[in-house]
Amino acid sequence: MNVGIGLPNTTPGATGELMLEWARQADAGPFSSLGVLDRLLYDSFEPMSSLAAAAAVTRRVRLATMIVIAPLRNTALLAKQAASIDALAGGRLTLGLAVGARLDDYAAADVEHRGRGERFSRQLAELRDHWEADRIGPPPAQSGGPELLVGGGAGPSFERMARYADGYAHGGGPPRAFARAAASACAAWGDLGRPGRPRLWGQAYFALGDDEAGADYLRDYYAFTGPFAEKIAAGNLTSARAVRDFVRGYAEEGCDELVLLPTVAKLEQLERLAEVLA
Amino acid sequence: MKIDVIGAGPSGLYLSILMKRVDPRHEITIYERNPPDATFGWGVVFSEETLGALRDADYDSYMAITESFATWDTIEMHYHGDRIRSRGHAFSAISRKALLGILQRRAAALGVELRFETEILDASACDADLVVGADGVNSTVRPWRRQALRPNVTPYASRFVWFGTDLVFDAFTFVFRATEHGIFQAHAYPFDATTSTFIVECNETVWQRAGLDALDEEQTLAFCQELFADALRGHRLLSNRSVWLSFLSVKNRSWHDGNVVLLGDAAHTAHFSIGSGTKLALEDSVALANAFVRHSGAVEAALVEYEMERQPVVERFQEAALESARYFENVSRYGRFAPMQFAFNLLTRSGRITYTNLTLRDPHFVRHLDSWFNTAAVGGSANGRPTIAPPPMFAPLRLPGLELANRVVEAPVGEDAEPDGRPGQADAERLLEAARRGAGLVLTGLVAVSPEGRTSPRCPTLHGPEQAAAFKAIVDEVHGVGARVALRLGHAGRRGATRTREQGADIPLRSGGWPLLSASAIPYTPVSQVPRAMDREDMERVRDEFASAAHAAHAAGFDALAIQLAQGYLLHAFLCPLANLRDDEYGGPLENRLRFPLEVLDAVRDAWGAGRLLAASVSATDWARGGGDVDEAVEVARVLRERGCGLIHVTAGQGVAATRVEFRRGFLTPFSDRIRTDAGIPTLVGGYITTADEINTVVGAGRADLCVLESAPAASRTGVETAS
Repeated sequence: MNVGIGLPNTTPGATGELMLEWARQADAGPFSSLGVLDRLLYDSFEPMSSLAAAAAVTRRVRLATMIVIAPLRNTALLAKQAASIDALAGGRLTLGLAVGARLDDYAAADVEHRGRGERFSRQLAELRDHWEADRIGPPPAQSGGPELLVGGGAGPSFERMARYADGYAHGGGPPRAFARAAASACAAWGDLGRPGRPRLWGQAYFALGDDEAGADYLRDYYAFTGPFAEKIAAGNLTSARAVRDFVRGYAEEGCDELVLLPTVAKLEQLERLAEVLA
Repeated sequence: MKIDVIGAGPSGLYLSILMKRVDPRHEITIYERNPPDATFGWGVVFSEETLGALRDADYDSYMAITESFATWDTIEMHYHGDRIRSRGHAFSAISRKALLGILQRRAAALGVELRFETEILDASACDADLVVGADGVNSTVRPWRRQALRPNVTPYASRFVWFGTDLVFDAFTFVFRATEHGIFQAHAYPFDATTSTFIVECNETVWQRAGLDALDEEQTLAFCQELFADALRGHRLLSNRSVWLSFLSVKNRSWHDGNVVLLGDAAHTAHFSIGSGTKLALEDSVALANAFVRHSGAVEAALVEYEMERQPVVERFQEAALESARYFENVSRYGRFAPMQFAFNLLTRSGRITYTNLTLRDPHFVRHLDSWFNTAAVGGSANGRPTIAPPPMFAPLRLPGLELANRVVEAPVGEDAEPDGRPGQADAERLLEAARRGAGLVLTGLVAVSPEGRTSPRCPTLHGPEQAAAFKAIVDEVHGVGARVALRLGHAGRRGATRTREQGADIPLRSGGWPLLSASAIPYTPVSQVPRAMDREDMERVRDEFASAAHAAHAAGFDALAIQLAQGYLLHAFLCPLANLRDDEYGGPLENRLRFPLEVLDAVRDAWGAGRLLAASVSATDWARGGGDVDEAVEVARVLRERGCGLIHVTAGQGVAATRVEFRRGFLTPFSDRIRTDAGIPTLVGGYITTADEINTVVGAGRADLCVLESAPAASRTGVETAS
């Protein structure tokens, strides 16, 4: 299993300068990927632009969206952005997509929330077409387009993932929750007759020091979930031991890539995590 | 801290005891609407783990509880006059009244204030720092915070009545009694030196047919006592307001809101047939008290932690309880099972006990099961001492026209055909490797009856002598390593002209596609090609293609032919009401939708010849609104059996692209169980079965005859571990 780190693109207090320095240091560190989150109605950096910037200052790490809310975006533009980032980054883009959980983002983007699943399926089918056809350049560096992940916890998400994508992006939770979702992903994959197995990506939040600030951010970021915000905040990994146990738990469940997302936008968070994983 | 506990059941009392132990300064008041000695029901069951938790949490009450315990380690099943016993299942039980007495005394001794016959009607009556809703399945606290807790309370489709008896059983005893109205079962276990719990249950239909709604308490008792007279051996049933009830399933999205928290049955119930209600309630109390210790009394943090710790555990029990309840609701389905298989099916009903667990708990039972299973597999009947026999997955299987060495099937995935449809080198290698690994049967991928019927340009076909010869070479090699091979023969229909599944499923070809056929002109996905609705001429042509391919399959030496009536392929599109909108004699009611598939089946059967296994893959449900369901699939399987099919490969979904499938381990097994028992035909099932334990359990319990084995992702190394 590889371990990646999140860019603090939705973490309060992150500046453009910090984002770039963070990307540089992650590229030098033990991390295999840099992940970004997506939220429209929040004081956050747009994920695709963030990864484009990261592409310019990194040479090694994979650049991953964990996830981008696809139905908020025009499919052709999304295809072109993804192809551009993949070309800029020499084939390092992993595009994780999902329908997201926030009604207000749909309202803010003036996109109908109803019917999002069906529209998302169509988008997934069309993305590949765009990447393969000559009409929309640049040609992605990865043949057939960037590695494509689909997230979401319900039955239709797994079916969509198995039909159109290369792998599954899990939304977070303890290893046993990941294991359950991974089994569903593998079951769907086999059921649709796909050879091999899906790539399995996981994610979790961490704060090594300043954990109160981290918890405050999670309570705020997930306020829309009501009582679940407290649970998400309580799941923040706040000690070296918690991180190590979590990483081991995910590895045991067959995760391919675990992205640890910062909840405090300070560079020492990245340094501490690098030490813990070293 | 000031704590108000609503409800003086086991969980409320136990929490109060534990909180007082943590800090005697806590002011705890328990409000109970009933008097102290009013209790409903008889004995309650504990498991070993619960006892450990109680010992660590409060030694005083643990000592008192274990002194008045009944313990046993046997499950006994009475079925068709046989008594089968399985050991190694450690249980203990106590009278509910005795338990409450112990907890009431302990709570009072620690300074908890108990107010009986006091009802708290609304939240405003509580000004405590923590308000605990421990008031059971019909909780009055739950509705106070309905918005945040989001409760879901639904009755199960069966009826039960909770008696005591003065017969002391020496085991957890299940008694099944067949009557003219259907099956009744009793769940009985001892809970002290003189008394046992005796719960009588039946499903709603049986209950109605037997006219039990008209009986009063006394008549109900007389009815049940008469019905179970044999098992009661002359002893009496005892009533304690014992009337017929429906078990209520309680779930809450959240178990706390602000300073209000739910415990035990108020938060969640689990059907009594897995005996976990009191166990879960007391474990809730322990977890909540511990959470307060860890968070030094910070209410919100403690409640969040309590919920995070308990919810996943309870959900697993609720899933198991639901499986168990469903088993009992439908137990008449297994009425033809041999006693040994009936018993193993019963023991493994909820998924918590598997073949491997049982091997550890009761090796003697498993030895008898293995012996019985292997003997029955070759048509014998077991007598006397058990033979030395392998586990069920290695038992042979006799099907009409085919004998298999074991119950493991491999279905390697991939498409690598040559442009003319002959199987490619990689196709051959995959089948041969699977055969070498030891699978009794290997399945090809879809082989199309014609180039037009291919899924992708790399999908093999069997439409001429060259293709038949190429397949014969592979079949001979598979036979050379001692395995058997089945051909999956079909026509992709509207799922044709796609790219290989390496690149995704149902992704249309950019170029080089071919026109598609289906029952109606509806594309499979929104981006799929629109197929042409078949006319009579198309049907005759396709039927002949199937027949000629079946003939070629015979020539190639395949051991079995599995005709594809599932997967959303052409014949499934006729069967599936969402894909077939025809208004001629091939659309509409099932009889019409089956017409073309049966025309094809008859032609295939004639060309394939008698004496070799003819199988069919069937989709058990469309998993979509307006689609086919498992009742219809059972009907289809019955018809197929009558038309000469000897094996059903049970699949589900894919009749249409957008479905609501619950993907998980073994997700197809319940459908296989249903079709196998109700249609009386052997089944083959996949659905992400990845271990020998699952196969032994599924096959041993009679839920399928053959299982497709898949591989699970292996645990990986990480940067955290140091390489050695």
